[in-house]
Formats: sequence, C-alpha cells, structure tokens
Amino acid sequence: MSGDHILTVDRLSMRFGGILAVNDLSFTAGRGKITALIGPNGAGKTTVFNCITGFYKPSGGTMRLAHDGATEIRLERLKDFRISRQARVARTFQNIRLFPGMTALENLMVAQHNALMLASGLTFLGLIGAPSWRAAEKRAIDQATLWLDRIGLLDRADDAAGNLPYGDQRRLEIARAMCTEPALLCLDEPAAGLNARESAALSELLLSIRSDYGTSILLIEHDMSVVMEISDHVVVMDYGVKIAEGTPKEIRDDPKVIAAYLGVEDDEVAAVEQELGL
Amino acid sequence: MTATASEPSLASRAPGVAFILKKALISALVALVLFSLMIGIRTEAGPTGQLIYWTRFGDLAAMVAAVFGGSIVMELLRQWWGPVGTIRIVPKRVQGMLAVARRGIAPLLLTFTLLVPVIFYDQRYILDLGILVLTYVMLGWGLNVVVGLAGLLDLGYVAFYAVGAYSYALLATNFGLSFWVCLPLAGILASFWGVLLGFPVLRLRGDYLAIVTLAFGEIIRLVIINWQSLTGGPNGVSGIPRPTLFGIPLTPGPDGLAAKLGIEFSPTHRIVFLFYLILALALLTNWVTIRLRRLPIGRAWEALREDQVACRALGINTTTTKLTAFATGALFGGLAGAFFATRQGFISPESFTFQESALVLAIVVLGGMGSQLGVALAALTMIGGFELFRSLEQYRMLAFGLAMVLLMIWRPRGLIGHRAPTVFLRHSQAISSDLVKEGHG
Repeated sequence: MSGDHILTVDRLSMRFGGILAVNDLSFTAGRGKITALIGPNGAGKTTVFNCITGFYKPSGGTMRLAHDGATEIRLERLKDFRISRQARVARTFQNIRLFPGMTALENLMVAQHNALMLASGLTFLGLIGAPSWRAAEKRAIDQATLWLDRIGLLDRADDAAGNLPYGDQRRLEIARAMCTEPALLCLDEPAAGLNARESAALSELLLSIRSDYGTSILLIEHDMSVVMEISDHVVVMDYGVKIAEGTPKEIRDDPKVIAAYLGVEDDEVAAVEQELGL
Repeated sequence: MTATASEPSLASRAPGVAFILKKALISALVALVLFSLMIGIRTEAGPTGQLIYWTRFGDLAAMVAAVFGGSIVMELLRQWWGPVGTIRIVPKRVQGMLAVARRGIAPLLLTFTLLVPVIFYDQRYILDLGILVLTYVMLGWGLNVVVGLAGLLDLGYVAFYAVGAYSYALLATNFGLSFWVCLPLAGILASFWGVLLGFPVLRLRGDYLAIVTLAFGEIIRLVIINWQSLTGGPNGVSGIPRPTLFGIPLTPGPDGLAAKLGIEFSPTHRIVFLFYLILALALLTNWVTIRLRRLPIGRAWEALREDQVACRALGINTTTTKLTAFATGALFGGLAGAFFATRQGFISPESFTFQESALVLAIVVLGGMGSQLGVALAALTMIGGFELFRSLEQYRMLAFGLAMVLLMIWRPRGLIGHRAPTVFLRHSQAISSDLVKEGHG
C-alpha cells in the first residue's frame, strides 16, 4: 500500500512528564528520497529521531517501515538494537558518537558486528580460526576500506577516531552508519560545525549514497544550503507539531515557516511580503 | 606511543611558586582538620571508666609539616615527570628504542617465567611466590576482560574465584572426580554464576554497578560461610585431592610419577608441576583474550566501553554483550579458583574476602586497563613488591601505599597506558590513553 513510502509516521506523540515534545506528528519519507526534517531549536526533531530509532518509546502513534515487497515493520514495537538489525534503520548523532579510542577502521568493523558475529559462528568458529571466518573478516575489512576511501579517510584508517578533525569525524560517523547496510539512514545535523566547503562535500556524499545504494535518507539539518540543495521533501516542525511540508521551494516561500524561524506574527510577514511585492 | 592530541601548553599549566605554596597550604589545612582529632588528642578509658585524654600537639605539628612538605615535593615531581611532560621530553630516538624494548619485554618475560623452575629449583620460596604471582596474573587477565575491555567495574570478582575453588573442592571430595574433569566444570559453573550476576546488574551503570557486584561478592562468601552442610562453613573444605599428571599422581609411592620415571622422589616435583600448570592456565587465558579481542565479540566489548548508545544504534545487543563479558571473565576466575583449591589442599571462606577482589582490581587498574602485558607486570609488581617489602614489617603497607601513589601520579592510566588496535590496514599504531574511555558500566 505504501509502495513509494519507506517510512510512515502516523500521529506520533512523545510526552516527557508535563511536556509534550512531539504532538500528533504525521509525515512520510519517500523510498530512495531525501527527506529533511527542519525547525527551530527545541522543535522536537531529535525526539522524533529517538522515537524512530527506538531510543524512546513514543507515548502514542505508529511508525511503519516498509521494505521493498516485504511486510510492514512497526518500529514502536521493536527494541532499539533490533531496529538496526531487522528494520535496517541506521542513525548518526547530533553530538558525534564515534568510538574515540578505536581506529577509524575499527569503528567501521564494529558497525558490521551482527553479520560478523554470525560469520564467526558466535565466536566459536572465530576462536579456532576457521577459514570461513577469515574470509568473512577479509570481506568486512574490504567493505570498511571501501567506505574509508569514499569519505577520503583511507590514509587515516589506522588513526584513532578521536584524533580525526571534526569534519572527518562527521563523515566517519555516516560511513559507520552505512556499514550496517541500512534501508533508511537517519542523520541528525550532519552539517553542524562544517565549513562551506565541507558542507558541499557532505551534500555530494549524501546524494551519492542515495543514487548508489538506493538508501532513503531522513535528515535533520539547520544548514539551509544543504537542505535546499539535496532534499526532495521537507517537513517543518515547531513546538512539536508539523507546521508545513512540501518541496524545498514551497517551504522557502511558506510564511508560516518564515514566521517560525524569524519569530514574527503571520500578519507581519504578510505585511512585509506586500511591501516587497511578493 | 603516539603524540598526544591535545597538548596543554606548559605555560598555562606550569604553576609558579605561589600556586605550589597555596596548594601545599590547603593540603596542610585539610591535614590539620583531619588529624587534630585523630592524632592531636588521645583518649583512653580510665580504670573507673572515666575518660582520660591528653594532647599530642607535637605529633600533630610534625604530621601537618610532613603533609605540607610532601605536597610541595609531590607538585614538583608532577611537574618534572608528569604524564604530559614525559612524552615531550623523551627524544624521538629514545622513544623508538623504548618501543623496541616494549616489544621485547613480553617474550623475555615469558622465557624467564618458563625457566624459573630450572633456575630456582632449590628455592621453594621463590617457586611458591612464582605460583602466587601467576595466579594473580591469571585473575588479572580474567578480570581485564570485564573491567579493561568491556568497561564494567566489577568489585566482586572474587565470587567467581570462590565458585571455582568450591566447585572443584566439593566435586572432588564428594564424588571423587579428578582435577582434569573438574577444571572445565569449575569454569562452567563460575561462568554460569557470572551470567546470573549479569542479569540483575545489566540495567545499572557506573557506581551502581560497582556496588551491586561488591554485594554479590559478599553474598557468595556469606552463603559459603552459612551453608554448613554443603561447604563446611567457616571450617572450609580440607583434604582436597592434589592434581595428577593425567592420572599419574605426584606421590612417593610406587604408582607415583617419580617411581615410573625411575628418578628419586622429591616434593619439589609437585611444586614445579603446579608452577607449569598455572602458567599453562594463565597463558590459555591470555591466548583466548587476545583472540577474542580480534573477534567481533571482543570489538563489541571495547565499543561498549567507548560508547554504549552508539553500540545500540549499530544494532549491538548490549545485554548479551555484557553477559558474555561477565561470563568470560568469570570462566577464567573459576579456572583459577580450581587451581587455587588443588594447590592449597584446603579452602575456607577466609580466602575469598573483598580484599582479594580489590587486589585483583588494583592489578588491572595499575597495569593499564585492557593491556595484557600491563596486567602481568602489575601482578608481578603488586605481589612481588608486597613480598619485597616484607623486611619493613609494620611499615610494609605504608611503603607499598606510597609506591602505589607515586606510580599513579607518574602513570595515571596504568603501566601500559595505550591501546593497541585489533585490526589495521597499513600499520598498527598505539592509541594514546587520552582517547580511550574507561567505560561506565
């Protein structure tokens, strides 16, 4: 039924005590598309992410994930680590969460944990050094190498992740998420703290991920140049509710969005627009 | 060792005389408050029960002066040898030589250990000490899996040591099972208890985890004391059979190993056998741990120590991962316990107090969490050093404590403070301890 939607969020609510962080939010993310979730600080974007990736149990509503030709998966019923495994949803974090004391390569190896765990015969085959395990390990290293090459970190593969420059850490975190072979990639402010050149490289990386792997991307971002350039669909949130949705162009011109961001009354915006002859 | 990422500039940190004096003054003040009652006033119950007290201001002044002077010396030491300085002061060439020495130290130590029974064949004391050190090396390596790799602070490790020891003792004395049958059984039973402990504490993190594991260690000890019908209570279990060389006992009789080999019997044979037995067990622990580190499970342990939330986002089941760490650590503890029982021939709850857990934990922390070589060196330092200070009699603990404090100032992250990567593309480079997390359960 939802052939072109990978994720359907329906009437999602998340309450923390007396605070309603997300209120009756419904939106969809297109398959093979880049969907951006934007809004002012404190709008509840990261809370939505935490619900989708299972870190929070939502107070109400449903989140349905549909893989190609498979039955729908109800995300709100899965435990966090199963969401990555079964629903194949991967995420990055607003404040980078790499394993700083492990090398870049090791970070990408950890991401392939579940596949490698099976290949190592739940450790026992690996302990005796079975050939099948060695082959699987080599494939995993090749996969990690591929991603390191893609994000331009091949030369720093053996450096501790915590020693990498900020922009590299951001890209490494995306590569790590991609190493879990996700169908839906959730990125929480991937361009935060990047300079203009790095932002452009990031946009390119995300577009190539979408085109090469068909991975759908859900994106929280404040950097409007990135949002406007790469997203196919934009959802705008403020105070836990959706205030607008549409193509980047529609969103750019939406008075409600402008009001939310600039903090002015709707009629004031209208007045300004009239003055400018919009 | 790689250069540190963030080198705090010496200029901003190098404090002047005023800072040192201020710090020393504060320390002296704290000492004054603390010791004014502890040392300054001495109280005693008089013959009729009344309170007699007299003051010792001279001693108090000496103590405070010692703290004041010690604080200045400590601060100066910290500035000259501090962990920030060492890396920078040591020239590149010396660093390279040190790296070579570091690589050579493990094989050298192993060769020496293998030769200990040959060199010191006549010195029973040294052999016994060697066995003791190796037991703690094995315990340290076992606990290293839980604390060093998975980052779960376990203060009740001695519980598994006790489970292993009692498993062997009871199985051997009640059912007459041989050491070699009981050894894996003791390991499995300890492992089982490790999982049992793991379940309730999985939700806890950091300090809370430490407290519950501490309680678990005490519970096991108290159960052993009070379950008299099974464990013999405080009297312990005696008459535990000695190990055999695959069925051949090391006794003076005609069935003994000496008679079979046609050599004269000597009680040293058994000591040497025990020495090689614990060495083999310790090396097995080491080999398995090194292998596990390079397997996905070991990498998941370390990832768990680094960042649990990220682990969950990557689809790692943190519950089972923690349980496997507990079970693996407990397995080695249980094996060491079985060895302890067969070596002593007698076990009682007194051998499994919290002090043992603390000692093993100290070995792991002192060695540098996660480092196999560091743990071995730390066990040698701690147990061997403890014996070294024996001549100082009542000042032994004082000297030992001082040595520990100095070591922790000089090397706050343990003897071997850096981490070796488990996999590399081009060249393996050690990761500075500044980056490696300690884990919070």
